Amino acid sequence: MSVSLAAGRATYRAGPVSGVLSPRAVLTSTVLAVLAAGLFLLGVATGDLPLPLADIPAALVGAGDPATLFVVQELRLPRALVGLLVGVVFGLSGAVFQTMSRNPLAAPDMIGITGGAQVAVVGGIVLGWGAGLGTQVLGLLGAFAAGALVYVLSMGSGHGYRLVLVGIGVSWACASLTDYLLAKALPYQANQAVGWLFGSLNERGWHHVRPLALAALILVPTTLLLSRWLRTLQLGDAVARGLGTPVGAVRFALLIVGAGLAAFGTAAAGPIIFVALVSPQIAQRLAGTPAPPLVGSALVGAVLVLGADLVTRHVLVSVQLPVGVVTGILGAPVLLWLLTRANRLGSGG
Amino acid sequence: MTLRADDLTLAYGKHVVVDRLSVEVPPGRITVIVGANACGKSTLLAALARLLAPRAGAVTLDGRSIHSQPTRQVARSIGLLPQSPVAPGGITVVDLVTRGRSPHQNWWRQWSEEDERAVEKALAATGMAEHRTRPVDELSGGQRQRAWIAMAIAQDTPLLLLDEPTTFLDLAHQIDVLDTVVDLNRSEGRTVVMVLHDLNQACRYADHLIAMKDGGIVREGEPGAVVDAELIRTVFAVECQVGADPVTGTPMVVPMGRHHRAAAPESAGVPRP
Repeated sequence: MSVSLAAGRATYRAGPVSGVLSPRAVLTSTVLAVLAAGLFLLGVATGDLPLPLADIPAALVGAGDPATLFVVQELRLPRALVGLLVGVVFGLSGAVFQTMSRNPLAAPDMIGITGGAQVAVVGGIVLGWGAGLGTQVLGLLGAFAAGALVYVLSMGSGHGYRLVLVGIGVSWACASLTDYLLAKALPYQANQAVGWLFGSLNERGWHHVRPLALAALILVPTTLLLSRWLRTLQLGDAVARGLGTPVGAVRFALLIVGAGLAAFGTAAAGPIIFVALVSPQIAQRLAGTPAPPLVGSALVGAVLVLGADLVTRHVLVSVQLPVGVVTGILGAPVLLWLLTRANRLGSGG
Repeated sequence: MTLRADDLTLAYGKHVVVDRLSVEVPPGRITVIVGANACGKSTLLAALARLLAPRAGAVTLDGRSIHSQPTRQVARSIGLLPQSPVAPGGITVVDLVTRGRSPHQNWWRQWSEEDERAVEKALAATGMAEHRTRPVDELSGGQRQRAWIAMAIAQDTPLLLLDEPTTFLDLAHQIDVLDTVVDLNRSEGRTVVMVLHDLNQACRYADHLIAMKDGGIVREGEPGAVVDAELIRTVFAVECQVGADPVTGTPMVVPMGRHHRAAAPESAGVPRP
């Protein structure tokens, strides 16, 4: 094993394994991971029945008194896990879309994937489509249908901006359809739909955690394996092809995993807006990398969602805001700041 | 390694750009493609680099079609630098050059000793070693182009295809880049194919010149043997006199616009090669 540090990058070699790392990106990820873990524990410890932080690790693995165990494992752990996983999948999904399109505005909530989930879920509530399926399955189907539509319509062009333009078109069409459905809805249906549309971690149980955790278990490592190709795609399609990247196949695979990550996240917690858009941009600036770092983006997503959830539960407790509203309030200024900086749209900002 | 095209037809949709063209790239030499805008020269280069699938015909490398081989395998033989590539903001020179090693890497081996040697050699060959930690977008135009060429060099391919590597560079940087290309060819025997706009530079730097018009080859061969006033008239629809470059003795094209034709003596002051 040999490690060397020169010119702002660390290289390592151990037998046949070797690679290059950015020390700053590693440090950023470590700090973010600690922060996410801290917010996660804090989320489990605090609530109507505050628990000592020291008891939490034991309770998580099933040790402690029955009352603590019940509160932790049945009430708070599912919520915290959904928050953690949703942040991870949204952050990662945003990083995938922004890197493959070389556009900082590409995120599942901007390019129609979240919109597809909205139409399907609100349609289910108002029109009773596939009522037996439940919001999670409907959200998944809607997200994948919208993703397929965006892919087909933006096909045949290697340009990232076309994906974004088509996506914005699909996104607005979905928003209009959702509005139409809400206008048609009976009051109690509209109430239910609006509750979901804001994105919420309230009343999340293990039946929300399981499909999301399973999806993350498959999609997160797959995305990390594809990161090798992201490094060449960042140089443009022609250069990437010249460097032996199967551009078409990689682009398709990235769209599948990017849409899949966003779809499962939206299915579990509703559209928690701005997380996918801003997490990669924040992570990129923290890590000082030329493109959004995948692990960093996922961790920033987790910190944002878990942090916003704590804010809704403890700071804004009287108004009972859903977590999606808080991420929107925090995310909008970040978006505006990014827009004023992105003088070269499509060049990665 | 021999790269050749046989009966190659290239088209964008219904628009046929290159029509049944055959060409063989001489190994170990510098080949320069010249021609008017939209004559199909960049399209031909794109097809030789398998960026464009042929409508008919084939591009072969040592007799095997490059379109039927895994793209990664082709990437170990053919390096490509497209026209005006755009680097992601903030990427450093060494990071960019390292990405040129991609076709030689896999999931776990991403910085072998061979990678390190190739990257260092590429940085040294282009004079970019001292700029390694600088972001590419803060470099001058010439340095930026040299950083991209370094990436293509690090790819360590016997064949290198460059699409207008001197476009948008000032004269000093143009010469800088072309000298680097000659170094690569002479010291490592790499085969180079490049598209150039400047005819006099093309004549100076080419061992083999290909002149294209309307998607076909008008003439090809050693510059001294193929470039004359008639060729320039055919290819560019420009009247000119062709003399000898006072430095290299290669053909030097002196174009004559409408206002200069009448004034020009039958045999101008430009000496014949």
